[in-house]
Amino acid sequence: MIQSRPRTPLGYLPILLPAFALIAFYIVPFGSMVGMSFFHNLGGGAYEEVFTLENYARLISPFFLSVLGTSFEVAFLVALFAIVIGFPFTYLLVNAKRGTQVFWLIVMLSVLSLSEAIIGFAWSTLLSRTAGIGVLFEALGLTEKAQSYAPSLGAVLAGVTYIAMPYAVLLLYPILSRIEPDIEQASRTLGASPLRAFFNVIVPMHRTPIVVSFVMIFVFTLGSYLLPQILAGRPTGRSRW
Amino acid sequence: MKLGKILSTLFFWIVGIVTIAPFVVIAGVSVNERKSLTFPPEGFNLGWYADLFLDAEWRAPLMTSLSIAICASLLAVLIAFPVAWFNWRYRTGFGKLVAGLGAMPFLLPPVITAMGFLTFFIILGYYGEFWTVVVAHAIFLVTLPLVSLSLGFEDIDTSLVEASRSMGASEATVLRTVVLPMIRPYVISGFCFVFVISLNEYIIAVMTVGAVFETLPMKIFNALRYGYTPVMAAASVVFVASTVLIFSLVAAFSDLPKLLGARSK
Repeated sequence: MIQSRPRTPLGYLPILLPAFALIAFYIVPFGSMVGMSFFHNLGGGAYEEVFTLENYARLISPFFLSVLGTSFEVAFLVALFAIVIGFPFTYLLVNAKRGTQVFWLIVMLSVLSLSEAIIGFAWSTLLSRTAGIGVLFEALGLTEKAQSYAPSLGAVLAGVTYIAMPYAVLLLYPILSRIEPDIEQASRTLGASPLRAFFNVIVPMHRTPIVVSFVMIFVFTLGSYLLPQILAGRPTGRSRW
Repeated sequence: MKLGKILSTLFFWIVGIVTIAPFVVIAGVSVNERKSLTFPPEGFNLGWYADLFLDAEWRAPLMTSLSIAICASLLAVLIAFPVAWFNWRYRTGFGKLVAGLGAMPFLLPPVITAMGFLTFFIILGYYGEFWTVVVAHAIFLVTLPLVSLSLGFEDIDTSLVEASRSMGASEATVLRTVVLPMIRPYVISGFCFVFVISLNEYIIAVMTVGAVFETLPMKIFNALRYGYTPVMAAASVVFVASTVLIFSLVAAFSDLPKLLGARSK
């Protein structure tokens, strides 16, 4: 049934159009952006086709470096939180009933797909003085008076972790769902509690996927654009444009 | 042993509740009687939802977002289908290369892809035209139908294909009468994934057509900067609800755990 290649060159026709679309609208735009980064910038979107490294020189100026530094710190912390929360959550998820799995997968997919504008708005509301956890804390008597928790760096960390966590879950889900049940059974037979089996067997077993996921979440978080703007307000904003 | 079970259940539910909490709060504020941001809501009023669909200021961005999402998901599936089909039918290096190319846009942060499209369409002089954002979204998200369709093709029982072929069906007949009906759920789920993400996408839309068109995520973000109106909450709730609904439909008509890479049990 499976042939190594089409019999006539005409058989390649179906794949030529998609190939053309991907080259014309992905490779070329990407290349033109890389190319433009070497052109002399005249400001206001205008440029001159002269080779220069000055755009990169500006990138390593103190201003951009400090912005870049904050971005990296936030991304590092968020990737860490997302793994620390996401890994055990995913492990519990793959061992849950099928219905439970499907439900939380739908939730995770939805959170991941929702616009950052919506997530940012929801979190700024959740952290607001009049409609958020402040009200809850006041009602519970934890704080004297309801207060607002956003904008702040903590709000950015919470909001970005919130969208990074589902990403971690969806990255780890296929890997953790392939764990042989025998492994946990074996460690249990040898006398380990489920918690010990998790920390001494399951986690060390998955060092590589954990590191790979960490890096991917880190990159994913660096690309977060609206959330920091909404939740950090102007002064601590780390928007890069 | 008991303690571990309690702790893990508690952890699972805390994460779950925190995940859902922001949406409960915006659903609450969206039904406030007056134009105030309070939770629990004061009074009950569904008027903000009516504004979303009737007020031109909100309806126009909603329609723009929907049109972009429908066109982009159709285009993405049209690009992905032949690639997935070709790679199922033949084994060629070229086919693999094109599939690899299709997986690339989704791996880079969207900000980077958006910058690429911005410079590209400015150079070509098409900046701000409606079709540019459709193409940009379709290319950016083509990975999703490519993955779901490849999984779908793998699933086809080849003996059925061989049977129809040995009875004299041509390539086109096999495709139309055997392959297409079996692959349909995967086509739909691929379409749905692109549709939902395109509907919610901000940065690529803003960098391609942001100066000319306003999509709903842009509208929400802009409204957020100039103060608060409950229509924002209503718009968010409608988006959250439709996103959850579409993914639930995908789950109902195909095997969601498998689509997301779980080992089939």
